Amino acid sequence: MDKNINIKVKVWRQNGPKEKGHFETYTLENISQGSSFLEMLDILNEKLINEGKNPVVFDHDCREGICGMCSLYINGHPHGPDEDITTCQLHMRKFDDGDTIVVEPWRSAGFPIIKDLMVDRTAFDKIIQAGGYVSVNTGGVPDANAIPIPRDKAEAAMDAAACIGCGACVAACKNGSAMLFVSAKVSQLALLPQGRIEAARRAKSMVAKMDELGFGNCTNTGACEAECPKNISISNIARLNREFLKAKFKD
Amino acid sequence: MNQINSKIPEGPLEEKWSNYKSHQKLVNPANKRRLDIIVVGTGLAGASAAASLGELGFNVLNFCIQDSPRRAHSIAAQGGINAAKNYQNDGDSIYRLFYDTIKGGDYRAREANVYRLAEVSNNIIDQCVAQGVPFAREYGGLLANRSFGGAQVSRTFYARGQTGQQLLLGAYSALSRAVHKKQVKLYTRYEMVELVIVDGRARGIIARNLVTGKLERFAAHAVVVATGGYGNTFFLSTNAMTSNGSAIWQCYKKGAYFANPCMAQIHPTCIPVHGEFQSKLTLMSESLRNDGRIWVPKKKEDAEAIRQGKLKPSQIKEEDRDYYLERRYPAFGNLVPRDVASRAAKERCDAGYGVGTTGLAVYLDFAEAIQRLGKDVVEARYGNLFQMYEKIVDENPYETPMMIYPAIHYTMGGIWVDYELMTSIPGLFAIGEANFSDHGANRLGASALMQGLADGYFVLPYTIQNYLADQIKVPHFKTDTPEFDQAEKEINARIDRLMSIQGQHSVDSIHKKLGHIMWGFVGMGRDADGLRKAIGELKELKKEFWSDVRIPGEKSTLNVELEKALRLADFIEIGELMAHDALDRQESCGGHFRTEYQTPEGEALRDDEHFSYVSCWEYEGEDKDPAMHKEPLDYEFVVRQQRNYKS
Repeated sequence: MDKNINIKVKVWRQNGPKEKGHFETYTLENISQGSSFLEMLDILNEKLINEGKNPVVFDHDCREGICGMCSLYINGHPHGPDEDITTCQLHMRKFDDGDTIVVEPWRSAGFPIIKDLMVDRTAFDKIIQAGGYVSVNTGGVPDANAIPIPRDKAEAAMDAAACIGCGACVAACKNGSAMLFVSAKVSQLALLPQGRIEAARRAKSMVAKMDELGFGNCTNTGACEAECPKNISISNIARLNREFLKAKFKD
Repeated sequence: MNQINSKIPEGPLEEKWSNYKSHQKLVNPANKRRLDIIVVGTGLAGASAAASLGELGFNVLNFCIQDSPRRAHSIAAQGGINAAKNYQNDGDSIYRLFYDTIKGGDYRAREANVYRLAEVSNNIIDQCVAQGVPFAREYGGLLANRSFGGAQVSRTFYARGQTGQQLLLGAYSALSRAVHKKQVKLYTRYEMVELVIVDGRARGIIARNLVTGKLERFAAHAVVVATGGYGNTFFLSTNAMTSNGSAIWQCYKKGAYFANPCMAQIHPTCIPVHGEFQSKLTLMSESLRNDGRIWVPKKKEDAEAIRQGKLKPSQIKEEDRDYYLERRYPAFGNLVPRDVASRAAKERCDAGYGVGTTGLAVYLDFAEAIQRLGKDVVEARYGNLFQMYEKIVDENPYETPMMIYPAIHYTMGGIWVDYELMTSIPGLFAIGEANFSDHGANRLGASALMQGLADGYFVLPYTIQNYLADQIKVPHFKTDTPEFDQAEKEINARIDRLMSIQGQHSVDSIHKKLGHIMWGFVGMGRDADGLRKAIGELKELKKEFWSDVRIPGEKSTLNVELEKALRLADFIEIGELMAHDALDRQESCGGHFRTEYQTPEGEALRDDEHFSYVSCWEYEGEDKDPAMHKEPLDYEFVVRQQRNYKS
């Protein structure tokens, strides 16, 4: 049964990308365990505003685990201590009375801090822009049932396509690698006949862009897969490596 | 001064769109390069429009309120997208999709627009498959379909419970390609705060850079708003936190008509409210009604015992359960349209049969489906939704029925547009949920994705050219003109005024009050007294907001509270317009239910003789009542009937 708890939250505050940040600790009383983690932060912000202080800045939007906007590093885990969820789906019943909860932004060279807990993830957009698509214009495409696709391929493509681009994989990785994110898109499209045509070009250009933007290398620690809220498998990284090597051999 | 001209092409229904395309004006490739188009919004409608217009050769400037176009709230659509493919050989056709949509909308949509929507629905599925959208497939490799409310055929295409996500990522990939090819310039973390009009035409916007807090000017030959709906007027809704009505409200205040503002959809299957601190409501997809059965206890004493925690739903015997949708609507059962299902839930709860601790919930039960299909089949179909429910409610829906209750989900009303999707301001277009055009008084499930993509991929890229064809000699615009100066001055003054209030209450606390007024008087059941009361309370709330809101921080920096305050100022006014419109419409239709107008069985009682029109509201100035123009809805092809989902 959900009850009310008293907690401390230790939050990273940083005024801007170039400024020095620090932890600030706040005390919150009577937080319902039925509330979500972000609702707890709403309550904290309401309190700060009423005290004439600046509220904590954090990214969030859909609050139902699909937009990928929320991005908090809670008690040492991206999206917090629960499995297979984003921060917005984390509920206070995962915490106990008297807990001190540490809240940090994603920390990675690829994601500079904008303010407090908000980071800049435009690098992910740039990687997709480099080739994460099938090059078709609007119109003039064949009938949707013209190309049958084996069900298992379609399902595997969907598994990879479930990535929400939140960046938890990068935040979890000690190298700050974006391989899980890149491999999910490369895999989704490489598994489908529509995407096969450009598979080589796509793998090369997305990997090149990832390297250019300062993301680290993959050393197969598996931390990304463990922390991914959507269970994206590291087998996608193996598939990306295959596609990449195949493309390079062809050169 | 009625100037409503919907520009519907002449001719038989099924030939209107083909004829229009054959005879409209086009812009040749060399001239497209000379024309700039602003697209505000990057959801299904905005991203698909920006990508398609960029591919055609126009210079597109695309604005996104989030950090990436992939976050737009279209992403949260779960169940699916309709198309008249008839892949299931179950009798579907373009006409049937058209007819179901018109009927589902309770005969308050335009026939010609809806027919066009049904026509292009098939192209959308083809386009998405070509982009690599991983729709669900059968073992033979062909596409699978499921059923949705308001239809007797299986025409809904889906990608697990994440159809909106996959379609948005498809549109996002097309947009990303266009950005890569420099056909589209993308501005993320920007919010439109003013529309700029030059000589009566929409020629640009002022946008606030949400990171720096600075106001910036952008000019173009045409402006397209694709900023979604205004459901967050109710504070608690299924919309995302940043979803707002401000862009369309700026258009309204600059002279664009706002059509059917009272028509808001209340979705029957959302997770019930659980506390005062709640920030939003979570939708459980309509697709769950394919296999889930909705019920409440037959006996009041059982309902009471459940509310007190003395009884569990599993302890209620089969004969003591009231499957009220199956009872009232035998032909459609649990798959009646959303407005009907929502009202039926409210009726049972109001009568004292509701469950949950608040009594404001009904059961959505999968026990029978699990017995019939096996747990693994149910898990394959709805696994992610069940997981989402369990994370929020802390109950396992495989073992105990889900609890659901209606919540605001979608707004059928929006900026008035003609057949070309142009508003009453020349050069200003509205697409997707931001316009009012296709869903009448109620939207069917899996039709929002269809409309957003239809507008963006297959309608606007044609119709906008008919406007731009005579603009080819107009040079690129400059932004250092008096019109831009004036617009920036106005929004700056508004921001300064907000920052100077320094009152006692946070934006959210006032927004919650707005939500209570809206849900209480402009929600699922409305009447004249309540609506008048709401208008009075909203005027008071507006005063309170403008004298007592507290916004910390500075204006020219990242300031989330200031962003929210600008949006809330508009939501309060939108709420008032919704109440005016609901008061005017003395009939019940679709999502608009006036308790004074119902059949003896409690169904919506339409009044075609007096209210067969689109209400088009025109802004008359601060603190003045708006003026209303009527666009008559002449049904040439369909015979209107009382909606019947019983037999």
